[in-house]
Amino acid sequence: MDNLKTKPAKKKILLMGKSGSGKSSMRSIIFSNFVAKDVRRLGATIDVEHAQFKFLGNLILNLWDCGGQDAFTETYLTSQKSHVFSEVGVLIYVFDTESRQFHSPNSKIDLDTYAHIINALHQYSPHAHVFCLVHKMDLVPNDRRDEFLDNKSILINHYSGGFKNAVRTYGTSIWDQTLYLAWGDIVQCLTPNLDLMRNYLSKLGQATKAEEIVLFERATFLRVTDVTTPTGEENPYSDRFERLSNLIKTFKHSLQMYTGQGASHPFGEFTISCPRFNLVLSRLTPNTYVLVVLPPGGMDLVNTRLNIMGVRDGLAALDQPG
Amino acid sequence: MGKGIPTADAGPTTTGNGDIKHRSKRDQKPRLLLMGLKRSGKTSISNVVFRKMTPSDTIFLDTTTTIQKEATHTFMDFQIWDLPGQIDYLDRSFDAESIFGGVGAMIWVLDALDNYMETVGHLTDTVFHLQQSYPSIKYSVFIHKIDCLTEDLRDDTVRDITQRITDDLYDVGLENPPISYHSTSIFDSSIFEAFSKVMQSLVPQLPVLESLLDTIGASCHFEKVYLFDVISKIYIASDTTSVDLRAYELCSDFINIIVDLSEVYGWHQETDFHEGEQLAALQAHGAESYVNNIKGYTLYLREINRNLSFIAISKDPAFDREKSLIDYNVGMLRDTLLKVLDYV
Repeated sequence: MDNLKTKPAKKKILLMGKSGSGKSSMRSIIFSNFVAKDVRRLGATIDVEHAQFKFLGNLILNLWDCGGQDAFTETYLTSQKSHVFSEVGVLIYVFDTESRQFHSPNSKIDLDTYAHIINALHQYSPHAHVFCLVHKMDLVPNDRRDEFLDNKSILINHYSGGFKNAVRTYGTSIWDQTLYLAWGDIVQCLTPNLDLMRNYLSKLGQATKAEEIVLFERATFLRVTDVTTPTGEENPYSDRFERLSNLIKTFKHSLQMYTGQGASHPFGEFTISCPRFNLVLSRLTPNTYVLVVLPPGGMDLVNTRLNIMGVRDGLAALDQPG
Repeated sequence: MGKGIPTADAGPTTTGNGDIKHRSKRDQKPRLLLMGLKRSGKTSISNVVFRKMTPSDTIFLDTTTTIQKEATHTFMDFQIWDLPGQIDYLDRSFDAESIFGGVGAMIWVLDALDNYMETVGHLTDTVFHLQQSYPSIKYSVFIHKIDCLTEDLRDDTVRDITQRITDDLYDVGLENPPISYHSTSIFDSSIFEAFSKVMQSLVPQLPVLESLLDTIGASCHFEKVYLFDVISKIYIASDTTSVDLRAYELCSDFINIIVDLSEVYGWHQETDFHEGEQLAALQAHGAESYVNNIKGYTLYLREINRNLSFIAISKDPAFDREKSLIDYNVGMLRDTLLKVLDYV
């Protein structure tokens, strides 16, 4: 049972892609609480910007935001190769939908660069996860997005060398919830003890008769894990988790506009009870919020609260490093 | 010019269809006119407020050439008429009655960046003429695009415009005209605040509502209390403490997240789970929501009916303990409001 408790795992995340594709923008929105329209203030990233984020107390994300200009990419692949590509947990490669050099007859620089980077990664960190984000999807007409993304994924996969068929591709945009879907999956593949957390949540689910329980990280409101009953699965919105991340994060901004910056926990408990559903979003451990969705009817708030408190200690222990 | 200036038959009569009793009630439903010079921002305002257009998209709007009528489905059935700015409505060839008869309020949009001498002249002419035939119309001047002026210029501009209009009207013999002034911009919540004030001037029960909200604010230790129209985010009454734009924004965002969450999780039919008395009791209670521990603040929402919601901001540390009492008080308020607003 020794492997239950892990040291604060330090995971190296490489964020790469062509210059101007939106790497720093998405990083700022997810981890630094920027609003989408504020990212135009960001300048170009020079060389590598290191940033550390604590996620769930026991996971330290060591994010390497790698400037995408050709000169920098050149050095990553030559003099700094082993420094950059060793011990990588996740590579996030960002493609720009607008780029004309992605895969046209006269130039496929984007994919070639990508292939070089993938090879370097495979050489130094063969067990890394690779996520490809086709970014700025909002610039593609709505009805063509699926087709567009399918084409790109096939091409990307084709160039993925040693990671062929292990690459996950997402269409993202900073203007809607798709960004949260991709990043939710990224942190999920790094989070330790997911099964144990899910266990606690299903116990909570049985005790409260909840239809759905979602665990969110405090600062980013990315989904850590969730438990959904068959009734809850009937929910017509399959993109609801990333929607929730987006909604709650926006609300967090409004609260901070009112109270001033700096609250580590934007709120304590948020409940809605109405004829069609009941919902409690409550602070769980120092690093998480839990959303409990209950079926319609008179909500027994006191019992729900007690049940939430019941799983709190167990989950808090999982949060602790060491 | 033959293009589409409507005659009287396009007005309320088309909705009548012999339903006399309803018609007479519908005729009382006020109409709201948006006037002002061309390119002052009238259509942008109505799109941002009533169609939820993002402010930056309004640059793509075309010039309005005909009267745009829009029925709003808010707590009251308003009609918003967006009048093209390039036409002189005081011309005798117009059927003034069809446009100005039954108007409750007029919003005159005035571009703060423009040389406003011309529009001030138009405005005073219009007010002067209309005052004679339709004395009940209330006027609001939106000093619009105020965000483009620097902070220190804003006050001066507003003061100057106010002074000119008052002087001009005084010269033609109108003292204390029913005009209110608002500085607005579609890029922040000031346009909603100003629209709220205009709408409030059309709610006859406003004094009663305000005193009710003052009472509940005092008895439950609320900092600020609003009665919101959920769809348009316009508030039809608030307590009489000073205007606080940030509080308004917070409440409006609070409604937003509740509406959005209800969309995600409100897919059940309530009738699948309850029937008879239980269902009726649930529906009679209305939706309720609160958020606590926001750095000492608590947000509280209670649904009044399909359109209206009561929202309060509290700073009382004992809120959680007194929650049931607050629930009861707000429940009583809800019953009273429904009676006052004649929904029961």
